[in-house]
This record gives sequence, structure tokens and C-alpha cells, in this order.
Amino acid sequence: MLFLKYIWLIPLFPAFGATMMFFFGRRLQKAAVSAVCVGVVVVAFLFGCGAVWQYTHWSAAPEHYHQPFEKIVYTWLGSGDGHLNFVKRDGSLASFNADAGFLLDPLSSIWLLFVTGVGMLIHIYSVGYMAHEGGYYRFFGYLNLFMFSMLMLVLANNYMLLFVGWEGVGLCSYLLIGFYFHRKSASDAANKAFIVNRIGDAGFILGALTLAWYLGSFRFTDINTLVRSGAFHIGDPVLTIAALLLFVGACGKSAQLPLYVWLPDAMEGPTPVSALIHAATMVTAGVYMVARSNAVFVLAPNAMKTVAIVGALTAVFAASIGLVQNDIKRVLAYSTVSQLGYMFLALGVGAFAAGVFHVFTHAFFKALLFLGSGSVIHAMSGEQNMRNMGDLRGRIPTTFKTMFVATLAIAGIPPLAGFFSKDEILWQAYRSADGGIPYLWLIGFGTALMTAFYMARLIFLTFYGKPRMSHEVEHHIHESPKSMTGPLVVLAICSVCAGWLGVPASLGGSNGFGKFLEPVFAHNDAAAAAIAPAEPQEPAGEEHRGLEWGLMILSVGAAVVGGGWAYGYYANAGKDYPEPIAVKAPPLYTVLYNKWFVDEGYDYVFTGRRKIGKVRLGAMGAGEASSWFDAKIIDGAVNDVGWVTRAVATLSTWWDKWIIDGVGVNGPAILARMISYPTRLFEWGLVQWYALVMVAGLLGFGVYYVWK
Amino acid sequence: MVEITTFHYLVVAAALFVLGVIGVLTRRNVVIVLMSIELILNAVNLNLVAFSRMWGNLHGQLFAIFIVVDAAAEAAVGLGILIAFFRNKETVNVDEIDLLKW
Repeated sequence: MLFLKYIWLIPLFPAFGATMMFFFGRRLQKAAVSAVCVGVVVVAFLFGCGAVWQYTHWSAAPEHYHQPFEKIVYTWLGSGDGHLNFVKRDGSLASFNADAGFLLDPLSSIWLLFVTGVGMLIHIYSVGYMAHEGGYYRFFGYLNLFMFSMLMLVLANNYMLLFVGWEGVGLCSYLLIGFYFHRKSASDAANKAFIVNRIGDAGFILGALTLAWYLGSFRFTDINTLVRSGAFHIGDPVLTIAALLLFVGACGKSAQLPLYVWLPDAMEGPTPVSALIHAATMVTAGVYMVARSNAVFVLAPNAMKTVAIVGALTAVFAASIGLVQNDIKRVLAYSTVSQLGYMFLALGVGAFAAGVFHVFTHAFFKALLFLGSGSVIHAMSGEQNMRNMGDLRGRIPTTFKTMFVATLAIAGIPPLAGFFSKDEILWQAYRSADGGIPYLWLIGFGTALMTAFYMARLIFLTFYGKPRMSHEVEHHIHESPKSMTGPLVVLAICSVCAGWLGVPASLGGSNGFGKFLEPVFAHNDAAAAAIAPAEPQEPAGEEHRGLEWGLMILSVGAAVVGGGWAYGYYANAGKDYPEPIAVKAPPLYTVLYNKWFVDEGYDYVFTGRRKIGKVRLGAMGAGEASSWFDAKIIDGAVNDVGWVTRAVATLSTWWDKWIIDGVGVNGPAILARMISYPTRLFEWGLVQWYALVMVAGLLGFGVYYVWK
Repeated sequence: MVEITTFHYLVVAAALFVLGVIGVLTRRNVVIVLMSIELILNAVNLNLVAFSRMWGNLHGQLFAIFIVVDAAAEAAVGLGILIAFFRNKETVNVDEIDLLKW
């Protein structure tokens, strides 16, 4: 049990690589950087394989049959001894405690394997792709940091630790989208991704705290046990709110309506990043988190319905935009959003295993498509616009073949991976029509049609038709190095075979994938049955099987028809080829080409970068309003107070100057001076005059007395 | 020959007094003013001595001696002030001595 015991080492391998790059990367040779960073991920992958292999044995033992394996390394937040408590909803105290604990069960096993596996291939691919780029060590340091965060997210045994990984992958996504930070569009896209994700993260943390407030724990095992204990009824309002808040988080991270806008812009990052983070792994974190919280969601049917509807709408919405985009990576980005919508549709109709299965298969073929598109862009000297491509199939044959396989897989052609997972989802969506959402299957079916169309369009525009690039670019076209084509081939093989793990019973398979996941999800049926009387289940009989086959044939037909249409329109596309939608419905084309004007709408309503008339709404509007409030009301009040003070001071100065000093102090002085003027006349200062006056006075007296 | 009576003395003394007063009032030089004051004092002395003779006692003469002493003291003090003043102002003209003005 070595690997299980030291499971906490798995995230630490890439963390070690990231740390090395942080401190020493600048001084290392490119070869050393590749050796360290790819090496740690390979080690993590091998270690992960070992851990999962040991887990299957461990959980087969009767004493912990189908139990999740938990390894708590130390108490990370709070305390385990009741010293740090918080008040629960019912008024009782609960110990605040989040461990640095690792949980391995079938769900996290799957994520662990494909995150490290696909991650490893993309690391290898990046060695070739980034060979001529600056910031080589920085790129690999970020990639390793991402691997660390993603593994923490996947292996965490509680919501708080999961949130660490959740924020970590968000940070790495930001850093890698903005990898070419000197380009304004890249740094804008990075900011957009980070900010939009914050909205979701707020929902996630509120959801996790709501659960803790209600249930008293952050640990998945505790929460599952409590929720499945039957103490809560279906539709419990607090659980519904918690589930919806968690889903808001999932919407942000997994690019669902209405928070999907960051993902297409995220294609500003280097292509391996688009493949690893924005297609295969990080964006599935939302799916993982919802699947991880399945016990809560099952008790919140309204939340489930929301998840399903949002997922279905996202699927069809993003697919419709993907129909007309010309940037090869943007088509794939919208395809990713659309496929994530499928996954949420599956989760929402209760088919958790089907959703997870689609995550699993999607990781391979979407990573392959992105890496293939990276190879195409590499060959085209950086050109991403499909209007300037064409006829590449003979010039970069390996890329063409592997991308063609991936396209068949995503379009749902049997027996490739996408067929099984997508059909499972469509089938489950159809079955849930009894539950009151009958149009979900129809939406999924339409999306499948569109998926086939836009993927075939991508292939035909890129690899078929007439060469539309400039002569200089055409001259430079070359197949990518082995380090890039190697991962493509491996992923192509996985894209073919991954689906065989989950062949449904109706096709004679055993759906091993679903069985593997049963310990995680199967309790729900039992719990639900224990609480509410089970609804009459349709027997999985023969007539049922016929319906399933019918739907399969329909969806394969849709894939073929979609591909066929694209073949008809684009297979011989020369310069200035017409877009069929633009020809038939120009207004629709404008709307789709401009992505339903969602970004513009957000600019009007939420960011406030655009004004409606003279009114500015959203964040900048709020900013302007508060700026106005500050300048006019707050500062105005301050100024008014100042004005009053000044007026009083002026008055007081005047009083002091004219009344106190003037009348009170200077007044007597002036009076004295006025009196002094006549008085002064008698003061000659000449002794003889005084004497004369004395004599005159004496004479006067004399005369007076003599003549009296 | 007319007998010299008290009246004659008084006339002389009055003339002397008027001369003194005129001297005090008109002369600019302080020394002359002081001398004129001596004239006034001596006019008074003459009066006193005349009345002493008229009454046949010595009271008037006694007073005259007092006044002589007083005049001497006054001359000493007055000339002292004058010299001190001259050192400061370099003048002995009484119309230029107007420091008592405001």
C-alpha cells in the first residue's frame, strides 16, 4: 500500500517542479527545465497509476468494500479538538475543521489518471511547441503549478482544500492565458478569465459554507453520510440553495451560461495551455465538483433541473456560435463550451456516471484537437484563421490523421470514444423526459448535429480544399517535431479506445466505467428510494433496448448528415469560398458570427464599457455613479460645510476687525487722539512762552483784583 | 534833595523786576535768561530790604539772605543743567529746547 499511503506526494511532485522553476528556472538550460518539469509530471502519473491500482485492490477487500480511501496528513484549518467552533443552522455547535486530507475514490481516480496522463502528454508536446519561445521556464513552471493545483482539487477530501486547488487552477489559468503579457489582447483575456471566474468562485465558497452551516462539516465523506442518512427530505430548501450556489461556481469554472464568455477569449494563451487547461482538465473541475456533491444535488431536484437546462442551453448555444467562427482555436473553444454543456446536461438528469464518462473521453479527443490545431498553427507560421488555410492533409500527414480521428470521436462516430459517452448522455436525457424535461434530448440531438457540422467544417477548411495561404507561408509548412506528434498519436489511440471502457449493456458491453463509479453514485438511488416512494421504473427490457438502438442510429445519422453537409460546402473551398449560412440567412450569420452579441450585451449591462444612450450601467456605471456621488454629494457636503465655516469665519473676522478692534480698542484711542489735537496746541514746549503766559495770567489776575 | 522813601525803592525794584521779566521772556540765550532771573530775584530782594527798613525790623533782610542763597543754588543747578544740555544738543538757545513737547 505504498502508493496509497503516500498519496499526498502526488501533488507535491509538480509542486516541486514549480518551486524549482520559481527559484532556479532563469538559470537553467532549456533541456534541464524540460527534464525537471516533464519528469515530475511523469512521476506523478506513474505514482497516480500505482495509487489507483492499489486502491482497486484495497476497496475490493470486504472490510472496506467500495469505501473511499482517505488519508489525512494534518489539520490545516481550525482544530479537530473542538476549540474552534461555529454555530450551525439548528443552533448546535460544530467544530471548524478542514484537514489537509486526501480522498481517493473511483471519481477522483478517474480525474487523477486523466489529469496526470493528458497533462504528461501535453507537457511532452510543449517541449516541442515552446522550443523557440521566450519564457520557457516560466511556462513550464506555471504548467507544473497548474498540475499541482489541479491534483489538489481532485484529491482534496473537503470543500476548503478543494477550493485551494480551485483557486490555484484559476490563478494558473490567468497566468497562462496572459503568458504573452506584452500583447494587450492576451492580458485582457487573462483579466476577463480571472474576473468572470471570481463570480463563480463567490458562488462556490458560499455554497460550501452553506453546506457547512447546515451540516457542520466540510468533508465530503461526512456530508455524504449525513445527506444520505435520510434526515433530509427531497427538495430541502437549504440544500437546494447550497446546490445552486455550488453550481454557480461550476458555471464559472466550467464555462456554462452565462459565465462562459471567458473561455473563448482564453485561447489567447499558448495552444498547449488551451489544450490542457481550457479543454481537457481545468474546465472539467466544475463537473467534478458537481459530481462530487452528487448526494446534495440528488436531494435538490430543482437544482438538478437547473443544471440540466443550463447545460443543454449552453451546449446548443455554444455549438451555434462554433458553426461560423473562422479562428481554428475559437471553433474548438466553443466546441469545448458546448461539450461541457453536455456534461452538465448529463449531471442534471442524474446520469452522473455518463457525465463523468464524457469528461473522460472528451479529455482525450479535445486535448488532441487542440494539440493538433497547435501543430497546424505551428506549421502555418502562427496563422490561426482557417480562411487562410486549406489542403494541408498531405503536408502535415500525422497531424491530419490524428485530428481526423479526434473529429470522428467528437462527432460521435462509432466505435470511437465520443460515440459511447455522448450517446449515453443523450439516452439518459431522453429517459429523463419522463421527469418533465422532454426537450432536453432534442436540444442534445440538435447539438450533436451542429457538432458534426462545425468539426467537419474545421477539418475540411484546414486540410482539404485549395491552399489559400500566402506563398511564403506555404513554403514554410512542415510537420511538427516528434515530441509534438508523439503525444498526438498517443491521444489519437486513446480517443479511439477510451470509449470501450464504457460500452453500454445494450451494445453487449458491460459498461465497466459506470460500474467502476457505482460506489460514488449508486447510493443515491437507494437513499432516494428510502426517502420517497420510488417512481415506477421502466424495466430495462427488450422494447427499451430497441428504443436505445433507435436513438443511437439517429445520433449517428445526425453526425453523418452534419459531416456530409460540411463536406458539400467546404470540401473544395477555394479562395473566397461562401459560408452557407451567410448565403441563406445573412442576419443569422451576423448574429452567430458576433457570438450572439453576448460580449457586447455584457458590456452594456454588466461591465459598462458601452453606454445605453447616455446611461452607463454595470460595474463602470456603478463606478461612475459612486464617483458622481462622491464628487457631488460627499465632497459637496464637505464643501458646503467648508463654505459655511468660511462664511462664519469671514463674519467673525469682520466683527473682530471692525467691532472689537475698531470700536472697542481703536475707538478710545482715536477719541483720545481727536481730543489731543486741540489740547496739543497749548503745548509749545518753549519755556519762554510758558513764562509769558504765566506773566499774562499774573497781570490778568492783577488787573482783575485791582479793578474789581 | 528829596528824601529817598520806600516808594522810591519800590519803583526801582519794580523797574528792575520788569527788566528781569522782559529779559526772561525775550532773550534766547539761556545764560542771559538765568541772569534775568537773577534780576527778578534781586528786585524782590530790594523790595524785602525796603520793607524791612520801613518797618524797622530785620525779617525782610533775613528773607533777602535766604533768597541770595536760593539764587546761588538755583544758578548752580541751572548752569549744571545747561552744560549737560549743551553736551547733548550743542545749543543754549531756549527756543530750540522744546523736548517737553509731546
